[in-house]
This record gives sequence, structure tokens and C-alpha cells, in this order.
Amino acid sequence: MTINVRFFAILKDLAGQSSLSLELTGQPTVADARVEIERQFPSLKAHLHRVSFALNLSHAGLQAVLHDGDELAIIPPVSGGADQGT
Amino acid sequence: MMDGLFHIAIVADAIDVAVSIKRTDHPDAGAVNVFVGTTRAETHADGRRLIRLDYEAYEALAIKQMNDLASRATERWPIARGTIIHRIGPVKVGEPSVLIAVATPHRRDAFDACQWLIDTLKAEVAIWKQEIWTDGTATWVHPDARV
Repeated sequence: MTINVRFFAILKDLAGQSSLSLELTGQPTVADARVEIERQFPSLKAHLHRVSFALNLSHAGLQAVLHDGDELAIIPPVSGGADQGT
Repeated sequence: MMDGLFHIAIVADAIDVAVSIKRTDHPDAGAVNVFVGTTRAETHADGRRLIRLDYEAYEALAIKQMNDLASRATERWPIARGTIIHRIGPVKVGEPSVLIAVATPHRRDAFDACQWLIDTLKAEVAIWKQEIWTDGTATWVHPDARV
């Protein structure tokens, strides 16, 4: 099956692309997708362990099961999360 | 997009503050509280100055999250009308990047709802910013690290 992975902000810059068609086999989870993304983009490794994931526009944990055609977005911490913004 | 009483948008062009206030006002309201977040001038210790911020959104998710914020605020305060607008793309120093406006019958609720909306938006909504400096460097801003 194929899922669509979306990269944003620092992850998009490091990956050099904003999306990726990712081929997975069996009954993969978000955790399995993360392993495969890390294998294809070693430069993302440090970041992939402090991001959250959105599956089809809803927050998803690492155990969430993926289906063909799903959109899995990798969500880096947002800019205003700390008290340092405007 | 309207979520009940709220006008919610992600825009690439300048935010018109006057138009947003007029659009948020309502006959039942005795107060319109407005927050405008702008790009602050900054000078780094090494002398380079900030030129602009580049904002990037996961638009479909960010709109969904902003609608959720509007629903939560509406449950908590007697809001007659509200506006949440965030700009994406380049925003020069001094220009607005985000506007929240809330109209309520009495001013205390307008202040409180407005503050809660901007604080929660900045903590939760899928929008990121990159600092662009005079020496050509670009820095993504994340709460736990400047990477």
C-alpha cells in the first residue's frame, strides 16, 4: 500500500521535499512509517523523535494503523509553543 | 470560512485590521477586543538584523484547529462574533501576522476570550515560522530548540 507523507518547516528543508509517496507492506502503523522515513532520510532522525503525527487531519499515536491512501503529516513543534513569541 | 459566529482564514496578503474590526462588531456587543501580532524588529548578538518572518501552515489542519478553537471559545464566553486570521508567507518587520478579534456584550469576556484564543493558537495550531536575517541566514523557530 501507499501513503502520502507530508513534511513541514525544518523537516521539509532537511528532506528537501514537501511530500513523499511511501510504500509499506503488511498492516503498518505510524511507528512503522517512521522507521521507513528515517531509513530513507537519515538527516531527519533527531527530529522524528520529537514530533507529533497527524493522520488524515487528526492527531495519531505511534500505534495508529495506516491504510492505503492515508495522509500522514509530520508535525514539528509549533513556533509559539514557548512563551517567547509576539 | 465561518464556524458559526467566527470568520476564520489563512491568507497570503496583508491583514486589514480596520476591516476585521468592522466585520467582528455586532449589535449585541458592547466590546470588540482585538489582538494583532506583528513581526518584531530584532538584532542578533553578532549584529545581523531580522528582515522578515516566513510563515508556513499545514493549511487543512490549521483551519480545522482554528475552527476547534472558535468552538471552545464560544462554549466558554458569550461571543457575539469573532475573527481569527493568520497570514502565511513573508511578513516584514512591523507587519501583522495574526489577528484575533472578539465581540461580546461586556468587555471582560472580550479580553479574556481574545487572550485565550491567541495563547492557544500559538501553542496548538500547525503554523511555523522561519526568521530571515540580513546576512542571508534563515532559522526555523521551534519552542525546544533553534535549529
